[in-house]
Amino acid sequence: MENTRPLLEVNNLSISFGGLRAVDDFNITINKGELYGLIGPNGAGKTTAFNLLTGVYKPTEGIIRLDGEDITGKKTIDINKAGIARTFQNIRLFKELTVLDNVKIGLHNRFEYSTLAAILRLPSYFKVEKEMNEEAMKLLKVFDLDKEANLKASNLPYGKQRKLEIARALATNPKLLLLDEPAAGMNPNETKELMDTISFIRKEFDMTILLIEHDMKLVSGICEKLSVLNFGHVLAQGPTQEVLNNPEVITAYLGE
Amino acid sequence: MSKFVDSIKSNKKLQSNLITFGMVIILYVICQSLAAAGILSNSMKGLLIQFCYYIIMAVSLNLTVGILGELSLGHAGFMCIGAYTYGIFAKVLSSGNLSRTAILLISLVLAAIIAAFFGFLIGIPVLRLKGDYLAIVTLAFGEIIKNVTGSLYIAKDSHGLHFSLNGTSDMVLDADNLVIIDGPKGITGLTSGVSFTLGTILVIITLIVVLNLINSRTGRAVMAIRDNRIAAEATGINVTKYKMLAFTISASLAGVAGVLYAGSLSTLTSTSKNFGYNMSIMILVYVVLGGIGSIRGSVIATVILVLLPEKLRFVNSYRMLIYAIVLIAMMILNWSPSARAWREKMINKIKSGKKVKEAK
Ligand SMILES: Nc1ncnc2c1ncn2[C@@H]1O[C@H](COP(=O)(O)OP(=O)(O)O)[C@@H](O)[C@H]1O
Ligand SMILES: [Mg+2]
Repeated sequence: MENTRPLLEVNNLSISFGGLRAVDDFNITINKGELYGLIGPNGAGKTTAFNLLTGVYKPTEGIIRLDGEDITGKKTIDINKAGIARTFQNIRLFKELTVLDNVKIGLHNRFEYSTLAAILRLPSYFKVEKEMNEEAMKLLKVFDLDKEANLKASNLPYGKQRKLEIARALATNPKLLLLDEPAAGMNPNETKELMDTISFIRKEFDMTILLIEHDMKLVSGICEKLSVLNFGHVLAQGPTQEVLNNPEVITAYLGE
Repeated sequence: MSKFVDSIKSNKKLQSNLITFGMVIILYVICQSLAAAGILSNSMKGLLIQFCYYIIMAVSLNLTVGILGELSLGHAGFMCIGAYTYGIFAKVLSSGNLSRTAILLISLVLAAIIAAFFGFLIGIPVLRLKGDYLAIVTLAFGEIIKNVTGSLYIAKDSHGLHFSLNGTSDMVLDADNLVIIDGPKGITGLTSGVSFTLGTILVIITLIVVLNLINSRTGRAVMAIRDNRIAAEATGINVTKYKMLAFTISASLAGVAGVLYAGSLSTLTSTSKNFGYNMSIMILVYVVLGGIGSIRGSVIATVILVLLPEKLRFVNSYRMLIYAIVLIAMMILNWSPSARAWREKMINKIKSGKKVKEAK
């Protein structure tokens, strides 16, 4: 039997900071396997929406369901365990650690041995570490970062840092991947390459992705559905071409 | 065998750890040989055990400051707890037939557990908060522990234990009582002297615990929290749990150092000289000078900074002043962006210079 339940279902999500309603009555439904774009002018509330979805902020109103499970108001760590992983608009890597270790931290909850086993270097330590290394290297290869595995994360060039953040998020084995402006600060070549990578991981990992983007070319090129936010409201929503031709959207955002 | 050598060569972290252990063992052998040859002066002999407990203090503080990234200003408090654990235990059992080694070993285990327990108690309220509250709370903790142990009277007779803060004259005691802690006069009549070998073994155990922890799933989680708390949470790391774990282990090891310290004394007192914030700051200087987060650096800096004031009298008189200046200078070098940029540039220059040489 086909499972038709949406993967992410958000109803009437709102949050106020003082008097400002940064996200106001936000609704979105994302089905398994979709690549969904969230666009809107600067300050529209896109990142805040991500912070609500991942439990960084608690919503003042609204319900978030992931795969049928109510995750509203849960802690960030539990939301990650429930299956949402993300990247950040301002890159947040574990700077002092190696590229490999960054990904291995993503694997933290999937591979276990006790702290005592680590201190006493019991066989389980060596066995599980080996498995983690192999799994992490597999992921790094996908992002063409395997040669930089032992480099300190902060020494990677900018574009690769963005990729590493995606690799780390994927390492937690999420059901839904949230990408906050993954192409920000990239040159056209890097952006093109990133698009290919996103398409690839979508197929390879059978991943559902919600991405925030500024670059319209990028969005229209790979997303099949769009939501447009403006001043915290959803301005338009639906299949990409329909949304991009919506006159309201054109005046509010594209015509600028 | 060659496979083994290859596997070491390919593993930089393991290599670096082996160098650290090698250093400690070589230092031990040199000191032991000098002592056996009768070249070591008495004052130098006294330093040997100091090396050991200060190294344990510095390495364990580095776990909190460098690996967890939280500032602790009360590390001496945990050392004090360890020292008094040993002192009380040794005093109570002094008339029994337990050997001194047995007393030391049992005290080490007890001190590690009790210091860990105090670390845990402090951590529960503080480490759950976001922000730098640990520094101020540990500072207060260190002072409280120092003052309490320095003014507490404990005596034992056939009715059991008696406690007072006013003096033993307050207590109604049997004739054959035993005063365990005599307030500011401390615990007297202890057997002094701990072997340098035991000290070195404890240093090595400390290094094994800390280094193995760092290079593990647990250590990575701790360092992830240090580098970016928000990202760590979003990646599924239990921030409170790993902060507590690192801080508790750090406290526990300081307790072990306290046993070594007290074991080297015949009278154990608690004053602002040995357990106050002066001591905590001094250990922090060792850690900062050795390099925050560098375990080997902590070992080297401790050895040098324990040796230096002994050899240079004038350094000793101005010790705290010099430490204060050094601490401020290092903080500026480490945290001011322009100073950091300058430092990175110098490091890169040195590195590229090396590469050019290698290429030739
Ligand atoms: N923690 C906060 N406190 C107060 N205001 C905030 C906070 N986070 C975001 N905002 C405000 O909410 C609005 C939406 O911001 P954001 O979600 O970052 O926009 P964007 O769509 O560019 O990602 C902005 O006006 C921003 O200043
Ligand atoms: Mg944003």
